Amino acid sequence: MKVELSQVSRWYGNVVAVNDVTMTIGPGVTGLLGPNGAGKSTLLHLMAGFLAPSGGSVTLDGTQIWKNHHIYRNIGLVPEREGVYGFLTGWQFVLSAARLHGLSDPVQAARKALATVEMEEPKDRRVETYSKGMRQRVKVAAALVHDPPVLLLDEPFNGMDPRQRLHLMDLIRSMGVAGKTILFSSHILEEVERVAQHIEVLVSGRHAASGDFREIRRLMTDRPHLFRIRSSDDRRLAAALMLDASAGGVTLGPDGLEVQAIEFRRFARLLPRVARTEGIRLHQVSPADDDLESVFSYLITRST
Amino acid sequence: MNTVVAGITYRALLGRRRIFLLALLPVALIGLALLLRLVGSDDQRSTMLLMEKFAIGTMLPLLGLIAGTGVIAPEIDDGTIIHLMSKPISRPVIARTKFVVAASLLALFAAIPTFVSAWLLVGNEDGIALGFAVGALVAGIAYAAIFLLLGVVTRHAVTIGIIYALVWESLIGGFVQGARKFSVQQWAESIADQISTSPFLTADVTLGFAVPALIVVTVVGVFWTGRRLRVFSLTGDE
Repeated sequence: MKVELSQVSRWYGNVVAVNDVTMTIGPGVTGLLGPNGAGKSTLLHLMAGFLAPSGGSVTLDGTQIWKNHHIYRNIGLVPEREGVYGFLTGWQFVLSAARLHGLSDPVQAARKALATVEMEEPKDRRVETYSKGMRQRVKVAAALVHDPPVLLLDEPFNGMDPRQRLHLMDLIRSMGVAGKTILFSSHILEEVERVAQHIEVLVSGRHAASGDFREIRRLMTDRPHLFRIRSSDDRRLAAALMLDASAGGVTLGPDGLEVQAIEFRRFARLLPRVARTEGIRLHQVSPADDDLESVFSYLITRST
Repeated sequence: MNTVVAGITYRALLGRRRIFLLALLPVALIGLALLLRLVGSDDQRSTMLLMEKFAIGTMLPLLGLIAGTGVIAPEIDDGTIIHLMSKPISRPVIARTKFVVAASLLALFAAIPTFVSAWLLVGNEDGIALGFAVGALVAGIAYAAIFLLLGVVTRHAVTIGIIYALVWESLIGGFVQGARKFSVQQWAESIADQISTSPFLTADVTLGFAVPALIVVTVVGVFWTGRRLRVFSLTGDE
C-alpha cells in the first residue's frame, strides 16, 4: 500500500509546520529524517489521520486519511508519546488492541504480536512497571497486532537501550523486506541509515531531499566541511595542505588551523598523508560545523 | 457501545485513587443522613434541605464533573486516547461509550446514595426518596453529557467545570430567576417534585420545560462530543 502526500501544508496560525510537501511512501522501509522541530511529527500525524492538512491531500491507496476511521484496518501507529495505560498489563494492553480491531482470534493475535517484540516474559506485569524501551515495544506490539500493511512509527528508537534498538531495527527491516510499507521518523542519520532503504529529509517543514541512503550520505558529505586542526607544526602543515585543491582555505590562528575542505573524501585522505610525509604530528582534528543542524541547513540552501 | 472501550474506561476510573474521589461525597451524604436521624431531625423539612443543598446542589454536579470529565480528559492529556482512536471504531461510538460509562457511574455513586440517604430519614414517605433518586439519575445523565463534552473541548475542563457547577448552578441559579430555568439542578427538582407528593417540595421550573431541556442537553452533548473526536488532532510539540 502507498501513502501519498500531494502538496501538503500544515500551519498553526502564522507558523508553518509543513510546507508544500509531496512524497509517496511505498513498500519497504522509509526513514523520515530531520532535526528536531522540522515537522516530522506533524507529517506523521497527517499520515496517521490525527491532523487535517491545511492544504493538499494525504491519501492511502487513493482514499482520504483524515476523518476516516476505516484506514486503521490498514495502518498501525506507534506514537512518540508514551500513550500506554499504566494500569493495564502488557498482555491486557495488546489484547485490548486486538479486540478493538475486532479480530476473529484476538488472543492468538496478541500472543503473536508480543512474541514478535520479545515481550512474552514480562507481559503479565503492569505497564507502569516497564522501562521506556519495554513500553516502546508493547506499543509496537499493539500497532502490529492486526498485521497492518502500513506501519508508522514516530521516533521509535528513543529511550531504547542498544540491544533493544538493534532488535527493533531488525524487526523493522524484516517487515520491510516482507513488503510492508513502513515509515519511521528520526533525527539521527546513523539510525535511519541502518534501517531504511529510502530516506526522506525534512528541514524546517520543507522536503529537502529524497533518495536512498547512499545518495543522502553523499549529499551530506559532499559539502564544504570546516575542520579545526592542532598539530606539532601548524604553519608547515598549513602550507602543505594549501598545495592541494581539496583544501579551499586555511586560516592560521593561535589555537591552530581552520581548514575549509571542499572535497570531503579527498581531504580526509590528504590530511594524514601530508602529516606523515612532512613528519608532523596531528594533536587534534575536529569538525567545526559537523552538527546535524549545519548539515541540514546546507541541504536546504542546496535545494532552493 | 464498545465493550473494550468501556472496560478500559471503567478500570481507569475505578481501579485507581479516583474511586475514593467518587465515593467520598456519597459516603458524606449517607453519613449526614445518619447524623440527622441520630439527632432526631428525621423529618421531611430537613430531608428536603439535605437533598436540595447537598445531594442535588453539591454532590451531583461535583460527581458529574469527576465522572464526566474523568472518562475522557485524562486520556486526552496523557495521549492514551490514541490507543482507542487509532482503531477502526467510529469516534461517535467512542463518545457514546464514554458517556454511558459516566452516566452509569453517576447512577451508582449519585442516584443510589441519594435514595438511600432520603430513605434513612423519611422512608418511603410521600415518594421523596424515589423522587430525588430519579431526579438525581436523570440530572446525572445530563451532567455526564455536559462534562464529557467539556472534557473534549478544553484542557481546562476541571477548572471550568468547578466554576460552572459552583458559581452558575449554586449562586446564579439560586438567585437570578431567569437563570434558574437553565439549571440542571432545577430540572432535577422538577422531576423529584413530579414524583413526590411532599408539600415541602416546590419546583420553580415546569416539567414541560425540564424534560425536553434534559433531553436536548444530553443528546447535544453526546453528539457534539462525537463530532469533536472525529476531528481530534495531535498537534505535538512542534
